[in-house]
Amino acid sequence: MFYIYCPYCGEHREEEEFHNHGQAHIERPKDPDSCTDEEWGNYMFFRKNPKGLHHEIWVHAAGCRKFFNVTRHTVTYEIKEVYKMGEQPKVVAE
Amino acid sequence: MSQKNRLQSGGRIDRSKPLTFTYNGKQYQGFAGDTLASALLANGVDLIGRSFKYSRPRGIVAAGAEEPNAIMQLGATEATQVPNVRATQQELFAGLVSGSTNGWPSVDTDIMGLVGKVGGKMMPPGFYYKTFMYPQSMWETYEKVIRKAAGLGRSPREYDVDIYDKMNQHCDVMVVGAGPAGLTAALAAARGGARVIIADEQNEFGGSLLSSKETLDGKAASAWVADVVKELEANENVIVLPRSTVNGYHDHNFLTIHERRTEHLADRAPNGAVRARYHRVRAKWVVLATGAHERPLVFGNNDVPGCMVANAVSTYISRYGVVPGRELVLMTTNDSAYQTALDWHDAGRKVQAIVDTRKNPAGKLIDAARERGITVMTGSAVIDVQGSKRVSGVSVAPISEDGTKVTGSVKKLSADTVASSGGWSPVIHLSCHTGSKPIWNEEVLGFLPGKTVQKQLTAGAINGTFTTAGALEEGKKAGLEALEKMGKDLPSMDVPATESVTYGKSMALFHVPHTKPTSQAPKQFVDYQNDVTAAGIELACREGFESIEHVKRYTAMGFGTDQGKLGNINGMAVAAKVLNQSIPETGTTIFRPNYTPITFGAIAGRDCKELFDPERYSAMHKWHLEHGAKFEDVGQWKRPWYFPKAGESMQQALDRECLATRESVGILDASTLGKIDIQGKDAREFLGRVYSNAWAKLGVGRCRYGLMLKEDGMIFDDGVTSCLAENHFLMTTTSGGAATVLNWLELYHQTEWPELDVYFTSVTDHWATMTISGPNSRKLLEELTDADVSKESFSFMDWKPMTVAGVPARVFRISFTGELSFEINVQANYGLHVWEKLFEHGEKYNLTPYGTETMHILRAEKGFIIAGQDTDGSVHPYDLGMGWAVSMNKPFSFIGKRGMQREDCVRAERKQMVGIKTLDPNVVLPEGAQAVFDPTASIPMPMVGHISSSYWSATLGRSIALGFVKGGLEKMGEKVYYPLADGRVVEAEICSPIFLDPKGERQNV
Amino acid sequence: MSDVNSEAPTVALMDQLPDASIQGQSPLFHADLATVAKKGPKTGGVVFKEQALMGQITLRLNAENAEQLKAAEKVLGVSLPTQPLTSVESGDVSVRWISPDEWLIIVPGLKAFDVESALHAALSGHYQVVNVSGGWTVFMLSGKNARDVLQKSAPVDVHPAAFPVGKVVTTVFAKSSAIIRRAGDDQYELVVRRSFADYLWLWLQDASREYGLVVEA
Repeated sequence: MFYIYCPYCGEHREEEEFHNHGQAHIERPKDPDSCTDEEWGNYMFFRKNPKGLHHEIWVHAAGCRKFFNVTRHTVTYEIKEVYKMGEQPKVVAE
Repeated sequence: MSQKNRLQSGGRIDRSKPLTFTYNGKQYQGFAGDTLASALLANGVDLIGRSFKYSRPRGIVAAGAEEPNAIMQLGATEATQVPNVRATQQELFAGLVSGSTNGWPSVDTDIMGLVGKVGGKMMPPGFYYKTFMYPQSMWETYEKVIRKAAGLGRSPREYDVDIYDKMNQHCDVMVVGAGPAGLTAALAAARGGARVIIADEQNEFGGSLLSSKETLDGKAASAWVADVVKELEANENVIVLPRSTVNGYHDHNFLTIHERRTEHLADRAPNGAVRARYHRVRAKWVVLATGAHERPLVFGNNDVPGCMVANAVSTYISRYGVVPGRELVLMTTNDSAYQTALDWHDAGRKVQAIVDTRKNPAGKLIDAARERGITVMTGSAVIDVQGSKRVSGVSVAPISEDGTKVTGSVKKLSADTVASSGGWSPVIHLSCHTGSKPIWNEEVLGFLPGKTVQKQLTAGAINGTFTTAGALEEGKKAGLEALEKMGKDLPSMDVPATESVTYGKSMALFHVPHTKPTSQAPKQFVDYQNDVTAAGIELACREGFESIEHVKRYTAMGFGTDQGKLGNINGMAVAAKVLNQSIPETGTTIFRPNYTPITFGAIAGRDCKELFDPERYSAMHKWHLEHGAKFEDVGQWKRPWYFPKAGESMQQALDRECLATRESVGILDASTLGKIDIQGKDAREFLGRVYSNAWAKLGVGRCRYGLMLKEDGMIFDDGVTSCLAENHFLMTTTSGGAATVLNWLELYHQTEWPELDVYFTSVTDHWATMTISGPNSRKLLEELTDADVSKESFSFMDWKPMTVAGVPARVFRISFTGELSFEINVQANYGLHVWEKLFEHGEKYNLTPYGTETMHILRAEKGFIIAGQDTDGSVHPYDLGMGWAVSMNKPFSFIGKRGMQREDCVRAERKQMVGIKTLDPNVVLPEGAQAVFDPTASIPMPMVGHISSSYWSATLGRSIALGFVKGGLEKMGEKVYYPLADGRVVEAEICSPIFLDPKGERQNV
Repeated sequence: MSDVNSEAPTVALMDQLPDASIQGQSPLFHADLATVAKKGPKTGGVVFKEQALMGQITLRLNAENAEQLKAAEKVLGVSLPTQPLTSVESGDVSVRWISPDEWLIIVPGLKAFDVESALHAALSGHYQVVNVSGGWTVFMLSGKNARDVLQKSAPVDVHPAAFPVGKVVTTVFAKSSAIIRRAGDDQYELVVRRSFADYLWLWLQDASREYGLVVEA
């Protein structure tokens, strides 16, 4: 059970208020129609599975309903950073 | 029976309050303050169970949570049965009914005992795997017999009569354990103004101090404890939880506590009180002050009743006034266990000898023993004991200095009790729960908590600090450190003065050598609960299991309900010796939640029966109940399924509902549809991106059906969206998809297209929605509104504001039945009023309420899909023949467009939805039936599709079905077959999915 | 499309209330709380009351748009709370922060349409006003054990140190959700969804049992 800081509510809340939406910083191609199958396939299906720092999208589903990013260590489950949509992480894997 | 082992005075029991209890059908007496274990020992009950595998007689070994043998079945009635209760943790109450868990048919004469004795050699580790696996078909039979004979306790066969609940807690400092370290930590934190929770599994706070003869600040230890508890209880920021086991320590300092609130009072909770409460704690800092468990030594026949852990014997004497035997032999590798012999001697019973495995022990306690005239045999060990249901004699022999072999002749001593101590294992379980790997400490001869990312502090014996003075000091330090880390002011804090104690060096001995090799010596038990012996571990190592994790799984060591609290370290030591390596090289021991077993009741809490899952009701729910509706669960909604009249079967009711709607008018409560209010100048653009069809030109006052796709092109929801005003739309979703769709819209808006000016707000609950459908629906509506609802001024797929039955409404001319329909939406607080008015006026039209099942039939007759029933995440619009709902020419590449163009989505022979007519019109195919083209093909037949919707259509007088068939849209009129589970093969014809009114004339009137 | 209100309305506005001869039925109407209040116990650790048929309005706008904030303040008589998790109250108007761009306004039921209309008239640019009065109901929970009941129901920290009077949280409540506002020392306001009201009423009765439940009409 994580304890997650919601950057919009400004306080920590229990994990049960949130949903995970997978890997962060995947941008929808600007022109999907001109994507090759490979490019589209990469966007659709390929995700990282790092041992270590991972940037994820979470949504405060039972709270303010805002999406935001979480940098989480996949071994220790430490949350290293929480940042809003559109921002870039400060804590990144070396 | 008298309490023959009870002392005349001493202990924390109340001799003026005798309590009668039952054990295995016999009545006994104990005192208030007893545990079930101490009361049994007071009464001289030696035998409390049979062992798991060999069915050997077993007695009480320990005095706390680590007890492996005294696992009881409790309960005076069937409904209050609780299995797997540790007698050492169960407080005695008047009328307690208990029985041994193991031993079938009875503990004293056990038929499995014969197997154990005769077949002992035949039951090496892995025995069950090796023997009972074949033939596989017999496993279930074997399992029943083994389970019954092994006796793991049983669950009640009646509903639990008690209440359990959960409570969420937040605190600054969570202190686990209320011994000297925990109490001081809590005190320091509380005095510093922190919100503190302190929990201890025992009924009283104090831990080791409860049976200690030490003084603190010149007071009896228990008096100091009482003062501290009083101060903590008086502090409103402190929650004091006795009888509360911290069972789990999870990520981000989340802990779970199992608080037993009434299990010490009676068989069932008095006056409906909460029997057990499960606390879910989020703590800023955690102080683990969980103490240590003494390790028994591993020697021959060390499971015979009478063999106990040394400190447990002291606890029974000092805390409960019970001496669990007549003649004691104490075997120890260390100084601290000498106290047990002193206590035994001081209680007036005979200590035959202290057998110290060390060559030259020296110190205060050793002197004290000698002063009392107790024989101290040094450099020796108890290599085995005699007796079966109770120890009758002891074999002692000198051993080598490294403890690996017997070096001299064996001497026999008479004794009925053997207390042993191999040192102390810090209780590191909770620190392991969060993934921290414990670290072996050669000084402590035990594992200590390892590195952790949690905000965790430790104090006292968990750190290998075994003196009271050390524990107090570390507790204070932890409490203050937590305050400091939180930036709070530090209070002044003195710890009480204690008598100085220094212990001599302990010997690293776990497995006592025997004159015979381990495999031939009397059984030397490592894990009592799972009957794992030193020989078994040696065998496992010889068979190639070198990783301790494999050894544990192969032998089942540590897999009992006690999680190997007593045995794991000894087992690792045995493995290390065979593998000729050190204990840390052999591995580590990782404990997982829960620390002690917890009842299902406590886990479930109030999430049971009518509170198990929320039931969502529409504004008309009461009417449905009063009119005999049968309900169907749609998500959490309770939706009317059908409305049977007296004596009607389900099919009869459905036929009646369908015909009434097609012939006159029916009404459906459609309030559960998801509804989203969408506003903003870019609302229209947004709709174009999330729906597969075009929205740019939808005029104000018009409605349109849309399909919503995932990026892979597959349908995930559908519904009608209406243009309320130029920048204002009302979207409807499926009943089950409402939350998912809203989240989907927000996801794309917040992460991909934040530049679009659009807001979404759920209005699902705000509107009560009722659909009147059928040729007379207009006449009915006209009676209740002044608005012009004629075909000319209110056409199909229009919506209009109007007043219905005096209530302002939005009415949508949309149809899911293919009939002339009006969907009336009013503010939910007026839903029932309008619904009832419709019935007042509808009687002459035979207005008939129908439920979800009739809705399904009526829409299937029209070939309308239900997202989630006819789609399953692998279906795109063209698979449904719904290309008309896709606009490939929209300027923005809508969600799903690119996905639909993947190779797999455009290949021929995709499964496509078609209508299915059985050759015999009376046969209704089961939904899920698999389609084949050639029913004579050999098995496994190539399957070419399945039935997704199938009904009896009263209107058409025949069965109808929607189903998927490979290349189905090109196979109109062709045959397809459905081989069913019962052996029948149903022949059917592929047809258009629109069975009724293909031109849509009925709804366009 | 223009940002200012042009001739054709860009949003559809409708007074959704009938005349007073038609009685509205709150989600707990069927529970007949008036009778329960009359016949039930008068003392207990938890006091429950349904504040039925209030007017609820969801307001969405850009909290960084001073003009919008000013327009909203003019209509409501109080400035929108832009500090997360706070609320303001003035007379019969109360406003809860829900999200950085969302507020829940509660007014007497008969006032809702006026407020809704006034907001539409006053606001310009990108905003949303939705009358959601039928979708919510308000439970008032008070008494010395009200906090214990909250602790059984919601995972948020409701200790006075973490949950001062006026604070608002939207959170999980039992297996549903609620907007919880601390209205006074031992007073909590739960705004709950209509369709879950019956379940939550059942849950609250159960959770209050050990403390004694008083129902007020």
